[in-house]
Amino acid sequence: MASIQLSHVTKRYADGFEAVKGIDLEVADGEFVILVGPSGCGKSTALRMIAGLEDISDGELRIGDEVVNQKAPKDRDIAMVFQNYALYPHMTVRENMGFALKLAKVDKAEIDRKVEEAAKILDLTGHLDRKPANLSGGQRQRVAMGRAIVRDPAVFLMDEPLSNLDAKLRVQTRTEVSRIQQRLGTTMIYVTHDQTEAMTLGDRVAVMRAGTIQQVASPKELYDHPVNLFVAGFIGSPAMNFFPASVKGGQVHLPFGEVPLPAAVRGVADGQVIAGVRPESFEDAALAPEHHQGESFEFDAEIELVESMGSELYAYFGYEGETASSDQLEEIAADAGLADVPGAGETGRVVARLSPESKAASGKTTRLWLDAERIHLFDLHDGSRLSAGEKAAGGSGDGVAPPASANGANGAAEVG
Amino acid sequence: MSERTTNKVFSWAAVNTVIVVAALFPVLWILSLSLKSSDTVTDGRLIPAKFSLDNYKGIFTGDGGDVFTKALLNSLGIAIIATLIAVTLAAMAAYAIARLNFPGKAVLLTAALAIAMFPPISVVGPLYNLWRQLGLFDTWQGLIIPYMTFTLPLAIYTLSAFFREIPWELEQAAQVDGATPFQAFRKIIVPLAAPGVFTTAILVFIFAWNDFVFAISLTSTERAQTVPAAISSFTGASQFSAPTGSIAAAAIIVTIPIIIMVLIFQRRIVAGLTAGAVKG
Repeated sequence: MASIQLSHVTKRYADGFEAVKGIDLEVADGEFVILVGPSGCGKSTALRMIAGLEDISDGELRIGDEVVNQKAPKDRDIAMVFQNYALYPHMTVRENMGFALKLAKVDKAEIDRKVEEAAKILDLTGHLDRKPANLSGGQRQRVAMGRAIVRDPAVFLMDEPLSNLDAKLRVQTRTEVSRIQQRLGTTMIYVTHDQTEAMTLGDRVAVMRAGTIQQVASPKELYDHPVNLFVAGFIGSPAMNFFPASVKGGQVHLPFGEVPLPAAVRGVADGQVIAGVRPESFEDAALAPEHHQGESFEFDAEIELVESMGSELYAYFGYEGETASSDQLEEIAADAGLADVPGAGETGRVVARLSPESKAASGKTTRLWLDAERIHLFDLHDGSRLSAGEKAAGGSGDGVAPPASANGANGAAEVG
Repeated sequence: MSERTTNKVFSWAAVNTVIVVAALFPVLWILSLSLKSSDTVTDGRLIPAKFSLDNYKGIFTGDGGDVFTKALLNSLGIAIIATLIAVTLAAMAAYAIARLNFPGKAVLLTAALAIAMFPPISVVGPLYNLWRQLGLFDTWQGLIIPYMTFTLPLAIYTLSAFFREIPWELEQAAQVDGATPFQAFRKIIVPLAAPGVFTTAILVFIFAWNDFVFAISLTSTERAQTVPAAISSFTGASQFSAPTGSIAAAAIIVTIPIIIMVLIFQRRIVAGLTAGAVKG
């Protein structure tokens, strides 16, 4: 077991393209850290640099106390699970799992013992003498994990290990990964583009975009205090709704009404901003929490579509006026397909998560309630989340910022 | 629609029949010749009036019986050694070409192709002189070296195509598992490229086995003479009779190792050997 430290690690290709731009990340011994981001953000490259499969162009990588920039993968004491498993097709499951130990010239009986043990953990005991071609996707995936486990390495690296499984198996295997990591207590870095995996698995999550780390924090911190539009839009499903808004005289003007500034951003200077509201911050007005602390707001919305999930309802409604636009949001939209990011497209639609008891129905006007305390405000230009006392850069304000309020929780301080 | 399909099937069958008959009829004719006795050899019948194994007995035990047996051993030895060396070298070269970006890669490939462009007949004269000077004339090495050089380009091309098909992740997995590049090559890549290795081996072996130009020019005695060269020196039973039957019998005998080899390796050349390595 070992800690990992990346300082200013950069990957630059021969043509000058920088896939990873000087990232800093510290992973403590035994910690489970997720690298998450849209495709092409450099997360896999970063992982492969840690594994030693890609050269590090610049910066320093430490595993334990040792700088390993120049070390071959085999000398780094790491095990890696590949996205497509990369099982050796000409070997049986037993040989696949024991290959690393055999190369390390471990005693035959010892190899057998370790393989059997790993097989027991992974429920593969009955398949040890089969070839990978005769296994199901889930079993292959477990063999790939088994190959890593028998090594008992200092660090586990996982490169989207679940992305080739079907949805149901993925959820099942996800808990398995979590269980194994807890049981072994090995330092683990896990790459995924799926924010659900990121939220459910890791101790800490590093959100990457275009070769840089946007924010490293616990899943809850990421969800409640995203540093910018990108993190806010990427984390959470359904995604956060974004609208153009303006701050004036302690009020936020949203497309569907005017609300007092939430406590967390009280003191933000007047100007244009982007407002972000998570779907669960809405509720059917008839079912609104009775003893709500702080500001709230009610408005009428014409519901276009209701999706019932059983335990909750997703109500979609539109609003008039422009949609929020930002290159960060466009990037998320492009990665996910527009439909997944309401508000980021052209339609100006909002998704609200309502209680299943709600009477909201498609085509009916319903009165909705909004928890104004949980509105996030983002800078119009650089997309960073505004917090109490910061100046909105939107422009029309008179430049005299009111004094910062003391109770502003400053999420931006968590930037990794 | 169905009429067109029927026509298609029919024309394909016709074309295939023509090709198969054209290819196999001479072989059948040679087989027939080899089984005829010397007095009926010119009767022009496909099915011999009387089957006789005299020709086969003749080439192994007759006056010059030793010549053919020795030539057979030379052929086998030279072809097998040339195949082993060529495939080993080609595998390593092909691996480098498939996986690495090294300076001069394009030059190397072009040079390899350039070698294949020269017809053997154009180099055989200089080689004859050179081999005599170097003492390689009429030796096994004297044939192994040209066979190797002439088959390497094709072998490299075939093998690098096979290596490129193997997912790169497998090697990376092996590296992470603690394998040196050579261990990854020997324990993962080569076993997986086995169909390619065997295909290449067959091609090289057939080239060496069939070659006549080098064999006739660079050997003179039974020390290193291979079967094609030995057959050309067959004589008839008497000064006035052509050794047709013996040549036919020898031709049938030399075909057998090739058939056996293809049959053995054909089992290895099966698709889907990498099935199950990676998803999809």
